[in-house]
Amino acid sequence: MTRSFLAKNPSVLAFLAILALFTLVVTVLAEGSGSGVISTSFVKTLGKTLCLCLIALAMDLVWGYAGVLSLGHFAFFALGGYMIGMWLMYARTEDIVIQSLSGSELPPTAEEIAAGIGNQIFGVVGGSEIPAIWHFAGSLPAQLALVVLVPGLLAALFGWLAFRSRVTGVYLSILTQAMTLALALYLFQNDSGLRGNNGLSGLQNIPGLGQVSQSVLSIWFFWASAAALGMAYLLAAWIVSGKFGSALRAIRDDEARVRFLGYSVESYKLFIFTLTAVIAAIAGALYYPQAGIINPAELAPIASIYLAVWVAIGGRGRLYGAVIGAAFVSLLSSWFTGGRAPDIPLGFYTIKWVDWWSIALGLSFVLVTLFAPKGIGGLFDLVQGRLAPARGGADLGPDDGSLQEREALK
Amino acid sequence: MSTLLEVSGISVTFDGFRAINNLSFQIGPAELRAIIGPNGAGKTTFMDIVTGKTRPDEGRVIWGERSISLLKLSEAQIARAGIGRKFQRPTVFEDQSVTENLLLALKASRNPLAALLWKPKAADMDRVQALATQVGLLDALPRKAGELSHGQKQWLEIGMLLAQEPRLLLVDEPAAGMTLAEREQTTALLVDLAKTRAVVVVEHDMEFVRRLNCRVTVLHEGAVLAEGSLDHVTKNQDVIDVYLGR
Ligand SMILES: Nc1ncnc2c1ncn2[C@@H]1O[C@H](COP(=O)(O)OP(=O)(O)O)[C@@H](O)[C@H]1O
Ligand SMILES: [Mg+2]
Repeated sequence: MTRSFLAKNPSVLAFLAILALFTLVVTVLAEGSGSGVISTSFVKTLGKTLCLCLIALAMDLVWGYAGVLSLGHFAFFALGGYMIGMWLMYARTEDIVIQSLSGSELPPTAEEIAAGIGNQIFGVVGGSEIPAIWHFAGSLPAQLALVVLVPGLLAALFGWLAFRSRVTGVYLSILTQAMTLALALYLFQNDSGLRGNNGLSGLQNIPGLGQVSQSVLSIWFFWASAAALGMAYLLAAWIVSGKFGSALRAIRDDEARVRFLGYSVESYKLFIFTLTAVIAAIAGALYYPQAGIINPAELAPIASIYLAVWVAIGGRGRLYGAVIGAAFVSLLSSWFTGGRAPDIPLGFYTIKWVDWWSIALGLSFVLVTLFAPKGIGGLFDLVQGRLAPARGGADLGPDDGSLQEREALK
Repeated sequence: MSTLLEVSGISVTFDGFRAINNLSFQIGPAELRAIIGPNGAGKTTFMDIVTGKTRPDEGRVIWGERSISLLKLSEAQIARAGIGRKFQRPTVFEDQSVTENLLLALKASRNPLAALLWKPKAADMDRVQALATQVGLLDALPRKAGELSHGQKQWLEIGMLLAQEPRLLLVDEPAAGMTLAEREQTTALLVDLAKTRAVVVVEHDMEFVRRLNCRVTVLHEGAVLAEGSLDHVTKNQDVIDVYLGR
């Protein structure tokens, strides 16, 4: 079954091969493997980029295939990050507290340890109690489960309410933005239990792996990100290749018609919305240990809008388009906004990229939408000669979408 | 005669305008029925009500042996109960191949998980081939539906309707955009289908209705004006006044 699936979808094999090659090259050249051509911080940038490709893949499934323009998937991404961040911060603080208490004569009691952890983590927000939502923070398996469960349940609840009431189009997009904003505002509060605007930090230090250097850890996370992207790509390609994918595209193009075929459009949307929220959460859980810090600013509604821009520029409705778009735009973005791009002096005015990059990005988004709706991915069609037939001659019927007589007879 | 669908006393008002006015209608399990009437008579709205797209303000729509009320069901549930519909404008999924369109319509579980794990078996592919042959699209199977001509899209939609294996077919102006030969083919197909299931055809074209050779219901201003054989209703003075006389 798997073999015939790959044989029928050669682009999946090509993608996986390129990803594997890329991973190998980065590994060999990375600082952590001795050669040092690629610095540890750039390995982390590449690893984070793979995570962004992963959430772009999710976005393409839900928007490019099912036509649900969610502008809230970065909320799920950030929630995934928070869930893993809780364990990272708690377990490491626990190690530190136990070590500092080990000097005393009596072994520290559980209460003393808990008080120490509470003070360390929540001192910044003027607290010392460990909030109830940190109940499982000491257990890695539990927090890993929560990475999937919390965003998954939120998406399922939100999707159930929205899709059941048949909220579609712009209204749905606005609703997802509202959800993202509400969550961000909640997390900004000091008594949210997640350290308010301080967020969670020190996430690059993995508890129990203190003796492993960051240069090696960065490679491990890079591998994990590449593996997650590869597996998600395989899963996504399998989902869209069969009848389920056919139904998704049909829903995108004419959901009323799909209902009259007997499909419950709401369940399909709910399924794909929840699944992609979980993929986004996993991407976030891999991203933030590489970033080192997460705070509520990561949930800014604009982040989810950028995600849509990446997918549009890459070419929605094809999986590799989303990955290319996310990699291309986010790397370019960090180059331009990182102050490394040279300014352009115009004599009367100097274009500083740090200021002008978002405008350039917005402009290219508009241009792509208007003139190249297939995005960068459309270039592959050019290479393969898969062009839309040229039009000419009289219409066959009253439908504008129908092709012309000569083409139809071919 | 047993009834498959019984619509009684339905009314619908759009912004104060009564599109359907106390309409009643019945059809048996293997019966062909034509609905005629001037533009705006409410023919499409009637189909919208039966298929769950529009909810009537009052009245009952009862379906099948177990007398289920369709008013409580969603569009998808009504379709799964066995009511298939062909729209006035051909609506096929233009971005997908003819094969994919037919596979999507093919009778099978509509559950998302079932669709995820579904693989076409040899029997399914045979069925697709047979359907494509029946509607003259065998050579077009791998082509995108958007590339088809208007008439071919009509046929594809009819093929999708057949693939659903509905017990009641609602067909809205099937002859629009078809050549004379295609119209004859369509009437022959509809007459043949009505031997094993209920078929309701909305049509403007009198020649087409005559060839169907079936009971006719005349709609006017959202209500039934007359019902009977074509010859019978065309002799009816009310019908002549509001429809044929114009
Ligand atoms: N959704 C709607 N909102 C308002 N008016 C409608 C709606 N649907 C149909 N109508 C009106 O109801 C009347 C019947 O329409 P329709 O059923 O389409 O007629 P036809 O017999 O030509 O198919 C028309 O006057 C139409 O304008
Ligand atoms: Mg009509």
